[in-house]
Amino acid sequence: MAKVPVQFTLNGEEKAEFVESGATLLQALRDKIGDMSVKSGCQQGTCGSCSVLIDGEIRLSCLTLAETCGGTVIETTAGLAESGVLHPLQRAFNEGFATQCGFCTPGMLMAAKALFDRNPQPSREDVVDAIAGNICRCTGYEPIVQAILAASRSNTVNAA
Amino acid sequence: MALTLQTFPTSDAAAAALAADGATRYLGGGTLVIRNANEGDVSFSGYIGATDPTLSAITVVDGRATLGASVTMGRIIADIRLECLAKAAHSVGGPAIRNMATVGGNLYAPAPYGDLGVALLALDADVEVGGASIPLQRFLAERDTIHARSVVRSISFALPDAGAFRFIKVSRIKPKGVSVVTIAAVLDESGGTIASARIAYGCMADRPMRAKAVETALAGKPRTADGIRDALTVASDGTEPITDAIASAWYRTQVLPVHLGRLLLA
Repeated sequence: MAKVPVQFTLNGEEKAEFVESGATLLQALRDKIGDMSVKSGCQQGTCGSCSVLIDGEIRLSCLTLAETCGGTVIETTAGLAESGVLHPLQRAFNEGFATQCGFCTPGMLMAAKALFDRNPQPSREDVVDAIAGNICRCTGYEPIVQAILAASRSNTVNAA
Repeated sequence: MALTLQTFPTSDAAAAALAADGATRYLGGGTLVIRNANEGDVSFSGYIGATDPTLSAITVVDGRATLGASVTMGRIIADIRLECLAKAAHSVGGPAIRNMATVGGNLYAPAPYGDLGVALLALDADVEVGGASIPLQRFLAERDTIHARSVVRSISFALPDAGAFRFIKVSRIKPKGVSVVTIAAVLDESGGTIASARIAYGCMADRPMRAKAVETALAGKPRTADGIRDALTVASDGTEPITDAIASAWYRTQVLPVHLGRLLLA
């Protein structure tokens, strides 16, 4: 299988890899780069567990070819914490029991970050819409919605 | 097994490559094609893509909007000039899907998907494909035959008058779920009377369809409960609803006139 070079910025670090042509970004992140914060769920675009930010937009890495991401800026949950200090969203999820099995959590966090990046003070309706593409089978969603709203009320979220 | 991607600078070159190799599929936003590949579809072994900037362009000239086939739902929502389509675009998937799913791909989406296509059908859109501009209704009829391996370049339509366009997607899961039935309507009203109407359905066939009997029954009638009564009695004429995990064909037929009535009287 032909390999193609791809370069992008991942969580602030330049990455250059050879990937199989047609490999998804999900495969490149997990299998080549070792970013296991990106979860492989349905691979059908339904569950949202593989959500990442590409140039600031929330996208599904399972339905994105790695070689189409050249020159982009990619953010994953692995890059949220800085110097061991959790992002306000991560803290709010932790304190609000918004995670149980944890499988959906990275996708939920990135969906919430995409929302905060363009709307730091979202309404409940905004939050529900922002995570509409992410499935959680444990929490019933309400703790997640409340955690995101709590993070939006914190003083530090805008500076994070 | 990973599939190879060939990318071309123009849509014409991509169309030629697609025509030359029957084992390839055109890659738009990836929400249909890569999904199929991930599911194990072995009917194709490669992707064809295009970086043609015209595919991503949105223009509005003299009241007519033209959307490149690679324009995403997210870009439609963000463009104030396309406010009439915002609700339909927003009804497609969650935020991540909307940042990826394209106008061109939506025209090929099988029911229960393809909600934007329902809106575009009611708007009487034209499709630029194969070097010609053809009505969307004809394109949809030919999408599995003549245009099964075509590259759509753009979709254009006349922007409706304020308040003339109506859209509803009925879903059992809020805020995001696949459609039970999707209805779009463009009503030309004068003096409290419907002069003419274009009505389109989703999920009432395997692809978006026009409700011709309803359109005929609405012409010349007041937009009141009494005025639309005859139209509701023929709401399911010509339909062949799908049956899926969300709803049976019978159920879709039963609820169609209820939601059509609500949309018309809203």
